[in-house]
Amino acid sequence: MLTKRIIPCLDIKDGRTVKGTNFVNLRDAGDPVELGALYAEQGADELVFLDITATVDNRKTLVDLVRKVAQHVNIPFTVGGGISSIEDVSALLNAGADKISINSSAVRRPELIDELALNFGSQCIIVAIDTREISVPVGTISHQENVTGRFGTERISTHDQKLLIEHIVHTHGGRKPTELRTLAWAREAQERGAGEILLTSMDADGTKAGFALELTSLVSSQLSIPVIASGGAGSMEHFQQVFTRGKADAGLAASIFHFREIGIPVLKNYLREQGLPIRI
Amino acid sequence: MKTVIIKYNAGNVQSVRYALERIGASYLWTDDEAEIRTADKVIFPGVGEASTAMAYLREKGLDRVIPTLTQPVLGTCVGMQLMCRFSEENNTQALGIFPVDVKRFPSGSLKVPHVGWNNLYDLKSPLTNGLTENPFVYFVHSYAAPVNEYTVASCEYVVPFSAMLHKDNFYAAQFHAEISGKEGQTILENFLAL
Repeated sequence: MLTKRIIPCLDIKDGRTVKGTNFVNLRDAGDPVELGALYAEQGADELVFLDITATVDNRKTLVDLVRKVAQHVNIPFTVGGGISSIEDVSALLNAGADKISINSSAVRRPELIDELALNFGSQCIIVAIDTREISVPVGTISHQENVTGRFGTERISTHDQKLLIEHIVHTHGGRKPTELRTLAWAREAQERGAGEILLTSMDADGTKAGFALELTSLVSSQLSIPVIASGGAGSMEHFQQVFTRGKADAGLAASIFHFREIGIPVLKNYLREQGLPIRI
Repeated sequence: MKTVIIKYNAGNVQSVRYALERIGASYLWTDDEAEIRTADKVIFPGVGEASTAMAYLREKGLDRVIPTLTQPVLGTCVGMQLMCRFSEENNTQALGIFPVDVKRFPSGSLKVPHVGWNNLYDLKSPLTNGLTENPFVYFVHSYAAPVNEYTVASCEYVVPFSAMLHKDNFYAAQFHAEISGKEGQTILENFLAL
């Protein structure tokens, strides 16, 4: 039976693993190669390495790191961060990455997805989507109700602003809103040849209050490609929820693994006891 | 021992090279017929799309070389599909080593492609010696060969399908042994030890 995947994410800055709350306040959590190999040994199903300070200068550092990871890790791993061209992808795949993940560059020029899928195959192209809920005012709603107090019954009118919750795609590490709606963009990415979607809820990210279940479920049920849910993992129950109610194919988390709040073997045993298909 | 990985345009095959390096096996990555013919072991990898891969093999004359090899040959993923007779992926006439047609997974309740770790059953291949009864390995594919007389490991996703095939000196695996953890490593080691 196809199993649900547990994916530790290693945020990389200057060749080191870091993870912060809501993408600020970075803390050092170790050596990426060592940590990656340890996770693979513990039963991680895949790894994601995200270069969060991708600049031209440290590109070579990243390629060197990818090569070292490939020499030590025997499970699939994805590399993301600052990838914007066929040349970038070619360098990372040649260094041994199994998949690459693109985000802002795909929003800026969606044809990049088509080009990468054509050149390297859909199976190695992940489109990462950072999404945030934005309340859009769409008029007012008036209510009238009878309120009974000490001096009898009075008819009261209230006027609430009617708000519509929209899931808006953000770029640049979640800082910059775009015009894109999350589900529509995920669909477009799939049609253009993305092999998987990595969906990060910026609202949930860093809160440890659980994955964005409704949104993940919506996107996953509307797509034929796998959806990796990210952002908000704080407990083992959160993973159980994202695989059931959230309909996710994989769950990604960082700090809870790096700071050993939840061990991968313990998590996987728990999920299996909950009746989920899990590789142990 | 001389191991050759057949070099062609079927996507990202670097993972296979790193997997051999991790187990300390040296290899040659080449599309040269003489080098391939004189190898002790040949690995025919592949990811990507069947028809473009097949067109490249024809252009290089490898469509004629591969089926006539006599040493152990291991095809993986698209490599395995191309060792079959035909693939529904862009109606590709393939190498015909295994008289089997590769079909797309029927669409239904499950997602296509089949991505992730799934377990094998009915293991009958020397390559799975030393593994548990239902080992997990890593798959990424939308097309699969049905279970047939050459099936030596099965898997199930939507329908049962061939995870491994074996006929004479030809071995094939639909999954990516090169990134399938310790189990995948054992399969590669078993192949190199044939």
